[in-house]
Amino acid sequence: MRARAAAPPSVDWARALKDAGLVAGIVVLLAIALAGFRIQDESGGPPLAYRFNDVVAAALIAFLGRLGIAALRAQRAVPVLAGALVFAIALSGVLVFGADEQLLPFQSTVLNGTIALAAWMLSARAAWLVWHAASETSTEVREARMDRLSAQVQKLAWWVGPLLLGLAVALPFLPWADRRLLDIATLVVTYIMLGWGLNIVVGLAGLLDLGYVAFYAVGAYSYALLALHFDLGFWVCLPFAGIMAAFAGILLGFPVLRLRGDYLAIVTLGFGEIVRIILLNWYAFTKGPDGLSGIPRPTFFGLPIAREAPEGGHSFHSFFGLEYSPVDRIIFLYYLALALALLTNLVTLRIRRLPVGRAWEALREDEIACRSLGVHPRNTKLTAFAIGAMFGGFGGSFFATRQGFISPESFTFLESAIILAIVVLGGMGSQIGVVLAAILLIGLPEVFRELNQYRMLAFGLAMVAIMAWRPRGLLAHREPTVRLYHGPPDASDGGPRA
Amino acid sequence: MNPLLSVEHLTMRFGGLVAVDNVSFDAPATSITAVIGPNGAGKTTVFNCLTGFYKPTSGCMRLRHPAHSEFLLERMEGHAIPAKAGVARTFQNIRLFPGMSVLENLLVAQHNVLMRASGYTIGALLGVGGYAAAERRAIDRARYWLERVRLTDRADADAGSLPYGAQRRLEIVRAMCTGPVMLCLDEPAAGLNPRESAELNELLTVIRDEHRVTLLLIEHDMSVVMEISDHIVVLDYGRKISEGPPAAVRNDPKVIRAYLGEEMEEDEEARP
Amino acid sequence: MGYFLQQLINGLTLGMIYGLIAIGYTMVYGIIGMINFAHGEIFMIGAFIAFIAFLALGLIGIGWVPLALLIVLVATMLLTSAYGWALERVAYRPLRHSPRLAALITAIGMSIFLQNYVQLLQGARVKPLQPVVTGGVRFFETGEFAVAFSFLQMVIIVITLGLMLGFTLLINRTALGRAQRACQQDLGMASLVGINVDRTIALTFVLGASLASVAGLMFLLNYGVIDFYIGFQAGIKAFTAAVLGGIGSIPGAMLGGLLIGLIEAFWSAYFSVEYKDVATFAILILVLIFRPTGLLGKPDVEKV
Repeated sequence: MRARAAAPPSVDWARALKDAGLVAGIVVLLAIALAGFRIQDESGGPPLAYRFNDVVAAALIAFLGRLGIAALRAQRAVPVLAGALVFAIALSGVLVFGADEQLLPFQSTVLNGTIALAAWMLSARAAWLVWHAASETSTEVREARMDRLSAQVQKLAWWVGPLLLGLAVALPFLPWADRRLLDIATLVVTYIMLGWGLNIVVGLAGLLDLGYVAFYAVGAYSYALLALHFDLGFWVCLPFAGIMAAFAGILLGFPVLRLRGDYLAIVTLGFGEIVRIILLNWYAFTKGPDGLSGIPRPTFFGLPIAREAPEGGHSFHSFFGLEYSPVDRIIFLYYLALALALLTNLVTLRIRRLPVGRAWEALREDEIACRSLGVHPRNTKLTAFAIGAMFGGFGGSFFATRQGFISPESFTFLESAIILAIVVLGGMGSQIGVVLAAILLIGLPEVFRELNQYRMLAFGLAMVAIMAWRPRGLLAHREPTVRLYHGPPDASDGGPRA
Repeated sequence: MNPLLSVEHLTMRFGGLVAVDNVSFDAPATSITAVIGPNGAGKTTVFNCLTGFYKPTSGCMRLRHPAHSEFLLERMEGHAIPAKAGVARTFQNIRLFPGMSVLENLLVAQHNVLMRASGYTIGALLGVGGYAAAERRAIDRARYWLERVRLTDRADADAGSLPYGAQRRLEIVRAMCTGPVMLCLDEPAAGLNPRESAELNELLTVIRDEHRVTLLLIEHDMSVVMEISDHIVVLDYGRKISEGPPAAVRNDPKVIRAYLGEEMEEDEEARP
Repeated sequence: MGYFLQQLINGLTLGMIYGLIAIGYTMVYGIIGMINFAHGEIFMIGAFIAFIAFLALGLIGIGWVPLALLIVLVATMLLTSAYGWALERVAYRPLRHSPRLAALITAIGMSIFLQNYVQLLQGARVKPLQPVVTGGVRFFETGEFAVAFSFLQMVIIVITLGLMLGFTLLINRTALGRAQRACQQDLGMASLVGINVDRTIALTFVLGASLASVAGLMFLLNYGVIDFYIGFQAGIKAFTAAVLGGIGSIPGAMLGGLLIGLIEAFWSAYFSVEYKDVATFAILILVLIFRPTGLLGKPDVEKV
């Protein structure tokens, strides 16, 4: 590479030191109160404990790290490599062999581990620069590269989709599929479905909805109340729950859909909160914070998946002459979620190629131009809102029947935020992006449940990191819904297709 | 001849500012009417009133639709004007759907026809009704217009990726895909080079003569205005100061004064 | 009458707190057009820092209340603005030219992160603080009921009014304020005429964070208990206040904050405590239906 021949730019050490000092100073300001002190919950002893080691360690590490990065920018890779490597090896050594606790910078193992990981990453970066000369890729180059990659992924959708679908169908019968994995998979598929539903509203129609969870809640409570009060089965209630959620969408959308952008966002957020507060306080109807329990489980065309057959009837296993296994119900719920998700995807893919779907995307691109072409903005947005809400309602019914118990606690703003994050991280409007993002955001944290208290911390950080890395989402590539040259597309936007 | 559009005593006020002041004019059917005037004369405001983006303060805009009865545009909602009265428009700053393909842009323009054919989505989802055939017809119509403006080979590209001149042409044919009786063009020649400008003249003549569409255009490029318009309306400070065929308007002293004295005549002499 | 007056005092106190937080939302929105969802967490961090500062002062034996209050106020503003600055520098600046949804998701991510960060460092339990400012005056004494106007409420109202006055002067009279207003009009143009846009935006976050931290301090004094979750509710209310007043407008944020405080107080007093948030959001939706850009927001003329 040519860059290697050129002399490395001179380093302004005074400036680098000042900069690193500034960073260390900021870290001290950030850490001194919240990390240096700890409010003691137990009464009796002193109300405040202090521990400044962590603050000093954090400031030192920030100082060195900042200096290292500055040196890397100035192409002084060798000393950085040496320093970072020594630090990384030493820290990892102490962590692994547990030599002397005093040597560790922080008390928390996770924090020490994170710092060690960062040191390893810095060494790797330095090593890369030592052997490959300077190749700071600019954001544009990286974006373009990722765009090509995601275009490739979309092109491959015609076989990636069925492959994923095949994998999803075969999952319960894979050797390592235990109860826990199936539970996680069901959860992921539920979020994929919700993501696909919200994708209609946010990704296609471009309407920022921060209260999607309201429709999820309406679906769940509709199903639960209908099932409990009228003794109706899951399959009868499901369409009702969807219709109720769609109706809620229209009820909210009709007055507010002329609001633009962020005004719509706060109104939908408020609506989500209103629904939650009503569920919490209308005790006679919803049992408030106690929640509704004893929600009936779904049946397989009227056959319950249970050990005991109902009076004078059959249960699933007895009807088919199979051995009863407690996993049956889990597998059944998994397939149910998968079927509902596929329905969502199928309908979305179809609608995208119908005039209303194109009008949604056109509205997202330019509402004024849409009006000049005779597209009715409010009605078109309302259909997106209602259809998105309907799938949210289906998701809610599934949630209710799976848990057997629902309470307002399950329908907080965080839930809306997670679903929205799945849509945006996946790449707005991309069906297969939603799958990827749901696996990343829901599946991974579930797998690492042991990290418990660090889980949500890492979750928030991951959202920030992915957005910084790919601001337009992981797979932000759009294929036209109709082509002049290759006839109608058969797999323009992937995702498992049936 | 009966005018297709009659604007009567149109006034538009924004707070204290009178952008359009008691303007009346007619646009004869299947002809090209140009609305000209210095910057800030209220031309775009007239267009915005006609196409429903503004509700005029007072006045009346009568459109005599050949297939239906009369429409009073000031009483209609923005989206209904193109859909029912058949008035389409383009914008001064091009407003395509940049992230959608060229062909998709032209299909969105046929939204209302296709919506009916798809049984308002429900029919097409269930697979009943002849949506596939309707979509084929819509694509054929789009292909016709793409050939007219030499964009057929870019049909599957993103509209936003087209060069500027091509975007202008696309916006015009997108408006034509709505099947209008009247087409309002807001500075269609702005930013075009002379060759593109000549092509535009030809396209507009074809739209008038072959498709029998009435054209209303705002334009600063006098070569376009004088060459193709049949009728000219001149606005200045929101008032109509002159109206008539090009030859008459060109020599109207009031018009010359509005355009800073002799500037307009020089403009004319500079062009052979 | 007495009851009404009492609710008026309570509502105003609460409204002042919301107004201070709302200013941060509205300034950031005005300048870079993003909803800074993590702003509520900055408020929460301010409350925690104030809590720790009170305890630390107690340990070293500074007991005279006005002095303690002053030290805590300054320390809280300083340390919390570091969080505002870091938030912008680390999370938002890299995304300044990205789609707006990306910034929104980042802000939600930061909000989740900061909540859990405080929970990890300080524990999840609710933290009670001994009352710092006690006493007050009572008037309109009629039989059993009397209107209480505590010294604490006076402190809150006086400090807030002082801050708002100083802040208004800052925006209207100083070079920083001018730069800030210029950036609000047009970022690109502002940088062309030589305004350091990066610094102006960073300072906007610092100012917003310091105002939110004062709100956090007042919340702590007023309610006496905090936990890591208070930022969410207060943040949503304050954001609602900013939108109600017309987002981007600083007087609008103050007006919106006061209105929301009053709505909450009166709704709780005369109708039901449980549904006070429903009333707040319902009024927001109603206002937006009739005035789509809020009470003091500039009407949004459609450019065609």
